[in-house]
Amino acid sequence: MTDVQAEPLAAPGQVNAKIFPFPLNAWYVAAWDHEVTSKKPLARTVAGQPMALYRTADGRPVALADACWHRLAPLSMGKLVGRDGIQCPYHGLQYNSAGRCTKMPAQETVNPSALVTSYPVEQRYRYVWVWPGDPLLADPASIPDMHQMDSPEWAGDGLTIEAPCNYQLVLDNLMDLTHEEFVHHSSIGQEELSESDFTTRREADGSVTVTRWIRDVTPPPFWLKNIRDRFPGFEGRVDRWQIIHYYAPSTICIDVGVAPTGTGAPEGDRSQGVNGYVMNTITPETERSSHYFWAFMRNYRLDSQLITTQLREGVHGVFGEDEAMLAAQQRAIDANPGKEFYSLNIDAGGMWVRRILDEMLRAEGRA
Amino acid sequence: MSAPALPGAVGPAGATTTAVRPARVVEARDVADGVRRVVLEHAPGRPAEPGAHLQLVVHVDGPGGRRREVRSYSVVDASPDGTRSAISVLLTPTSRGGGRYVHSLSAGDDVECSAPLQGFPLRLGAGRYHLVAGGIGITALVAMARHLAARGADVVLDHVVRTRSRAAYADDLAALLGDRYRLHVDDEHGAFDVGALLDEVAAADGDGEGAVPGGAEAYVCGPIRLMDAVRRGWEARGLPASTLRFETFGSSGWYAPQPFTACIPEIGLRTTVGPDTTLLEALQRAGADLMYDCRKGECGLCRIDVASVRGVLDHRDVFLSRRQQEAGTSMCVCVSRVAALPAAQGGDGQPAELVLRLP
Repeated sequence: MTDVQAEPLAAPGQVNAKIFPFPLNAWYVAAWDHEVTSKKPLARTVAGQPMALYRTADGRPVALADACWHRLAPLSMGKLVGRDGIQCPYHGLQYNSAGRCTKMPAQETVNPSALVTSYPVEQRYRYVWVWPGDPLLADPASIPDMHQMDSPEWAGDGLTIEAPCNYQLVLDNLMDLTHEEFVHHSSIGQEELSESDFTTRREADGSVTVTRWIRDVTPPPFWLKNIRDRFPGFEGRVDRWQIIHYYAPSTICIDVGVAPTGTGAPEGDRSQGVNGYVMNTITPETERSSHYFWAFMRNYRLDSQLITTQLREGVHGVFGEDEAMLAAQQRAIDANPGKEFYSLNIDAGGMWVRRILDEMLRAEGRA
Repeated sequence: MSAPALPGAVGPAGATTTAVRPARVVEARDVADGVRRVVLEHAPGRPAEPGAHLQLVVHVDGPGGRRREVRSYSVVDASPDGTRSAISVLLTPTSRGGGRYVHSLSAGDDVECSAPLQGFPLRLGAGRYHLVAGGIGITALVAMARHLAARGADVVLDHVVRTRSRAAYADDLAALLGDRYRLHVDDEHGAFDVGALLDEVAAADGDGEGAVPGGAEAYVCGPIRLMDAVRRGWEARGLPASTLRFETFGSSGWYAPQPFTACIPEIGLRTTVGPDTTLLEALQRAGADLMYDCRKGECGLCRIDVASVRGVLDHRDVFLSRRQQEAGTSMCVCVSRVAALPAAQGGDGQPAELVLRLP
């Protein structure tokens, strides 16, 4: 047979969705490691699924469906019992970390079908990750690489934003940083950002990289402070980089920094500059709300808690500007149900993200 | 358009109603002596998970003519697109009518069934799975065995049957599991040694952190004698109650079903309970307005005090503890019955009689 048939193009419908569905067969960050304790359960909704998070007596994190088998009262309002159990706050039914009911106080037996879902859980990179989908597909090796979070070669800290918007809006925001010029003009924005060329590629490992070099510019206030932390009294022009790494479904690690112009940073020698990693992982909570976990990590002056705190607070202020924009964008989307999204060339990174998410949803039979 | 509600097998008060949908029989054949496999084609939905059952509307001949009743059957396998579900049903001499109905079906027949319902969920993450099937109980475990084997889990399936010709799915399971499928035939090998099996489970479990990381879990479905032996042995070995799972439709007891008389003096009720009807159904037909829900002896809502009994209580529920069952002062009327005391135990041949007391 020699007929060559053109591959049919994928239906465009879902990739342009304004309210993007979220894959379930994926690892999402449910909480910072310190938020999950063996003192009392934490209630958190991940990918539309309410969970009760806690630690067993030996420190292992547990995520159970946050609804008692009996009458669906939230287990997260209950208390932790025994080595690995939780007690429903309403009628005292007890479950172990596997989600099996172990006690029904008002009777001498336990109903053999009493069970709540116990989600696969992994603790890594200072986060507690959960898998809301088919537990048999939960391979910890597919947790995105965020090693800068707890590597001895990096220092820093972060916070959580409760973003009142669809998670894809946050991904869009991080995959195209030209918005910095307009949203963050007092800190990291500069007009050369939009003017600089960028490249977008889907890597062999499935990740997406967006690379942008802004050469020979005056460092904006945030970066002038950073380079002076390492090289006190620095004056002059810099080459600035933003290399965005996206890992499905919703983790974006951005390699950022500046180095004095002419010291070879674009060619690979960053030794005269300063380098940070903006760590972002976004967990859909509902269709219109997201837990946005971020941190700013740096690889210089590792011992300075002052710089760690200054950077965390500084980025917190910058990201507050994003949060306000994302909230306003979601309100406008909801107020304009009859209008569509249009894409620009700057959306290349975000559009790859949409295509990859669409592939994941199709694999789950949800497209 | 909403789907029609299932008619409750017994009176409407408090009946659990589940939506049914039309389905068509696309395959019907015997897979063992007296065991008929029926594949139903229906509107697409979530394919049944391992351990799921569906409810089938069955047509049963009774004193008042032909009735629509509901029976639950484990889903043996389901197509990935959720359009086909297979059940397999044993025809027994004491069939309450469901088995006869299913055995009368052939390809092309129109039937009604519910979407899959989960009452016997498989928990993932154990280090070792022991599946134990007695007779037709294999139907609740076939899908679990396939699911676990496909994922490389450590699974052993013990299948206990009286005679080899009754071992449904034996060839499929042997091909699937190799020597991890152990068929035990009573009339060839003698009585099944539950104790030896439980010693093996206990050795694998080793306090949940012993020989097999993740510990061992058991899933049991079969006649009440097998389940009771496993439960007693489980307790005796100090294995955690939460890792022994069993499926029960309350359809087997310690005694063969036989007719008996049931009375509730407060409301002047006296009725005969035939071998092919449940005590709950008989009481409701005789006019008692009773509370119940699961109809398989799990929830305990139908528990009623026993004032007196001539004969022996045949407790078939899993709600009452052994202590409570031995006390004999109450029973779950949805599944439990009364049997005449056998002559060997001093019975005088009189039919059994039960007197219940409303609260």
